Amino acid sequence: MSSGSEQSPDLSAAGALDPGADRIWSAERRSVIGDAIGVGVATAAYGVPFGAIAVAGGLNLWQTMALSLLMFTGGSQFALVGVLAGGGSPFAGAATAVMLGARNMLYGLRLAPMLRVRGLGRWTSAHLVIDESAAMAFGRRTERASRLAFYSTGLSIFVLWNLGTLVGAVGADALSDPKVLGLDVAAPAAFIALLAPQVRGRAPWAIAGLAALVAVAAIPFVPAGVPVLLAAAVAVVAALLPAHLLDGRDR
Amino acid sequence: MIWAGILVGCLGCYLLKVAGLSVPARVLENPKVRRISLLVPVALLVALIAVQTFSEGKDLMIDARLPGVLVAGAAVWRKWPFLVVVGLAAATTACWRLVFPGS
Repeated sequence: MSSGSEQSPDLSAAGALDPGADRIWSAERRSVIGDAIGVGVATAAYGVPFGAIAVAGGLNLWQTMALSLLMFTGGSQFALVGVLAGGGSPFAGAATAVMLGARNMLYGLRLAPMLRVRGLGRWTSAHLVIDESAAMAFGRRTERASRLAFYSTGLSIFVLWNLGTLVGAVGADALSDPKVLGLDVAAPAAFIALLAPQVRGRAPWAIAGLAALVAVAAIPFVPAGVPVLLAAAVAVVAALLPAHLLDGRDR
Repeated sequence: MIWAGILVGCLGCYLLKVAGLSVPARVLENPKVRRISLLVPVALLVALIAVQTFSEGKDLMIDARLPGVLVAGAAVWRKWPFLVVVGLAAATTACWRLVFPGS
């Protein structure tokens, strides 16, 4: 990643004046890379159930690996597999995955001024924009540290997530029934963990609850995969309501 | 068919990532765009949790998945690590099925 090794003007100037800055940077670099590897290992362990669930849900090994290599955004991958396993059409699955992936676009908006990538760099860096790489890049003291955190976390997770997926997908073939291990709740459990940091205030919870109720009520009447899309529609309508109805005193 | 859905989904997710790095940050200043972008992922996740917990094809049912999901909720509330959340949920559901076969 060429942009990752660029000197950021703020720090190189400081380093020239103050040799202590180099020491601070090397300590920060160690801690950033350590975190990146730690998050990568945790993600790998989470990739194993993804691989197993995908194969149990009817995908073959190549399709499962294509998701981890090319889609590379865990929530969307679990969503697509979940819709397919529930008997939904692949396109309902794709639509759900893409809508869930919309949050990566929001991360990108905030990452763009830190990464300052152009041309080919933008197309390669974009692939690494996920929950974890963005979270690790935000809140660093310097752009240089943010860039290092973004690329080291993104690459560490890319390698280890795919490794975990491969192990899970191959292992699932050996496993007669994933329900015995309770793997069918791994995805909803993971969604709860993804959800928690995103919701602040009561209004979003109320809207999300209403959306979920609509989705569950629709299950018997519409093709699988569509209930979740209805929930998204409820959210869009709610978001377009006048602001004072939504924000209230919660924020 | 499955391949087509996978490739469309991958392409869509990738283009959104590229768009985030390419679109001027001003777009987010529009309050409606901002609210949609905050609410839709939340609604999708809550709906996915509900649908994957209560549906079996086109039937609604309460079974061993519910205790697993409730345990996951408690673990997230206690701010336990991601892996612990997923592991506890799966273990709870698996044990429930051992104790109550057919659930």
